[in-house]
Amino acid sequence: MQGAAPKTLFDKVWDHHIVQARAGYPDVLYIDRHFIHEVTSPQAFDGLRRRGIGVARPQQTIATADHNVPTQNQHLPIAEPLSRFQVDTLQKNCREFGVELFGLGHEKQGIVHVIGPELGISLPGMTIVCGDSHTSTHGALGAIAFGIGTSQVEQVLATQTLLAARPKTMKIEINGPLGKGVLSKDLILFIISQITTSGATGHFVEYCGSTIRQLSMEARMTICNMSIEMGARGGLIAPDDITFEYLRGKAYVPQGADWEASVRWWKGLASDPGATFDTEYRFDAADIEPMITYGTNPGMGVGVRQHIPRPSGSHHAELDKALHYMGLQEREALLGQKIDYVFIGSCTNSRIEDLRLVANFVKNKHKAPHVNAWIVPGSQAVEQQARAEGLDRIFAEAGFDLRQPGCSACLAMNEDKVPAGKYCVSTSNRNFEGRQGPGARTFLASPLTAAAAAVTGSISDVRDFL
Amino acid sequence: MKFNRLESTCIPLPMENVDTDQIIPARFLKATTREGFGENLFRDWRFDNADQAIPDFILNNPQYGGQVLVAGKNFGCGSSREHAAWALVDYGFRVIISSFFADIFRHNALNNSLLPIQVEADFLDTLFQVIERDARSVVEIDLPAQTLSVIGQDLRTDFEIDGYKKECLLNGYDDIDYLLQRGEAVRHFEQHKAYVF
Repeated sequence: MQGAAPKTLFDKVWDHHIVQARAGYPDVLYIDRHFIHEVTSPQAFDGLRRRGIGVARPQQTIATADHNVPTQNQHLPIAEPLSRFQVDTLQKNCREFGVELFGLGHEKQGIVHVIGPELGISLPGMTIVCGDSHTSTHGALGAIAFGIGTSQVEQVLATQTLLAARPKTMKIEINGPLGKGVLSKDLILFIISQITTSGATGHFVEYCGSTIRQLSMEARMTICNMSIEMGARGGLIAPDDITFEYLRGKAYVPQGADWEASVRWWKGLASDPGATFDTEYRFDAADIEPMITYGTNPGMGVGVRQHIPRPSGSHHAELDKALHYMGLQEREALLGQKIDYVFIGSCTNSRIEDLRLVANFVKNKHKAPHVNAWIVPGSQAVEQQARAEGLDRIFAEAGFDLRQPGCSACLAMNEDKVPAGKYCVSTSNRNFEGRQGPGARTFLASPLTAAAAAVTGSISDVRDFL
Repeated sequence: MKFNRLESTCIPLPMENVDTDQIIPARFLKATTREGFGENLFRDWRFDNADQAIPDFILNNPQYGGQVLVAGKNFGCGSSREHAAWALVDYGFRVIISSFFADIFRHNALNNSLLPIQVEADFLDTLFQVIERDARSVVEIDLPAQTLSVIGQDLRTDFEIDGYKKECLLNGYDDIDYLLQRGEAVRHFEQHKAYVF
């Protein structure tokens, strides 16, 4: 291999998946795993029917129902007719085209980006796509994982490949230990606040540095999950012993000699020394505080003790519009802002570690009387594990409402909506206008900051309690 | 649907970071077909809670119309929902002009013959001024020549488009037509790939 140019992790994985590279054309990229859900797949299946073709590799597509499902009484038929029709349509399509479905009531059902890694369906070195922008989550395992539109879902169903131009690469290095009360959610909200909501457009991000190396797999997933919120196609982290230990023994991972061969291959999946990236950033973990957003895109975030900034130049109109929507003023303090709802859930922060952190914090405390506090686990497995550990009792005693798995109030497609004008501290990924319901006002934060807000009834610095 | 040349008036939306949740809110994603989303395009900016049109919003301004939307930078960020492109097409748009587009939206637009044209920030500013001065200003988009110009004015720019995608738009091809012809290469790849899963 002497003389071979050093390669990034991203380029190594991409190059391993090129079926055909032709000058003047996008690459034909092989897709190892394809996840589908009820909202962005029906039109793709209709397309196959129109063309009179089937699913090329049905065993490489996995379906679940998550966006539209209720989070209470899941044993009953879905009450809302359009949601029920969409979930029924998924079931019908999966049956007709031979795709495995973890539907409502199935023990493996859950948010698509929670169940993929949890079951070991998503693996290092893979290409993984789904008709959902938070597919970047699976990049935490060292995979190229990204969201696609429905026409592309149809492409993958029809051919197990995707036409894709190679994106630019970005390295984001973070070094040093995270401070007390600072979680990986704060880290990614901090990065987005620095790079802005469009700063990584056209790029695929590799996160590295000592801070990342020390994080658990689930904490890494939170980071990769939000790559899209700075415009990146996706984000990934080189697999290491933490990755392999996380995957070992999971239901769908390679077994026996295949496992050993895979680990050997995965160990080579790291950026070579001297590999060059199109763009590089470096941050110091010591600069990161518990974060909170104040505006209507995820880049509008600050440390929880800071005040809402005064914008400069051309950003004035955008910030004015955001603050008007949020009912806030520039230079106002965020600490002490009264809130109405707390939502702990979504593909960003609904895993067992998130629930454990929250339970540990709220044990022997109680939510403020005026706050509605919802905890929505990311999957049936997370819910079962939480109950097995007795977290359900802690939540009940603290006045939190532990619900059933689904996307829930992250995008408010089901009944879980924040009413117009109300404030919600949310562990989800987007604070866009109307995201949690028409007129709803979202503060994005970590599970610990959300738990602290539930207890005090206002935006609080979790470090004051630790 | 093919795309070749277009002359049209424009609708200006000089806001930055317009996300796909604004283009089509999640509660309208429950349909299982591609049609009808135009009715709810920019729903919460166009209509208030009582479903009354909000007069300040540009789509409700009778002075402005046309098949070209001119938008601030980073148009289409956020959710991957192709419903955003379907809603814009269903409403009647054929072209979106901005100083840059979110990646997934750009793909979705191209896959629906909705042409995203990326222009320099200065050009975009000037174009906004021209349209705001005279709502009847007409732009000409020439895809074969890859040019965008304002008719009757000295305002013109070239734009980039991937050569493959240009062929698709000009001829009405889609990616699946192309990929389905690659079946042999896919089987060869599967037999020779470097990994065992």
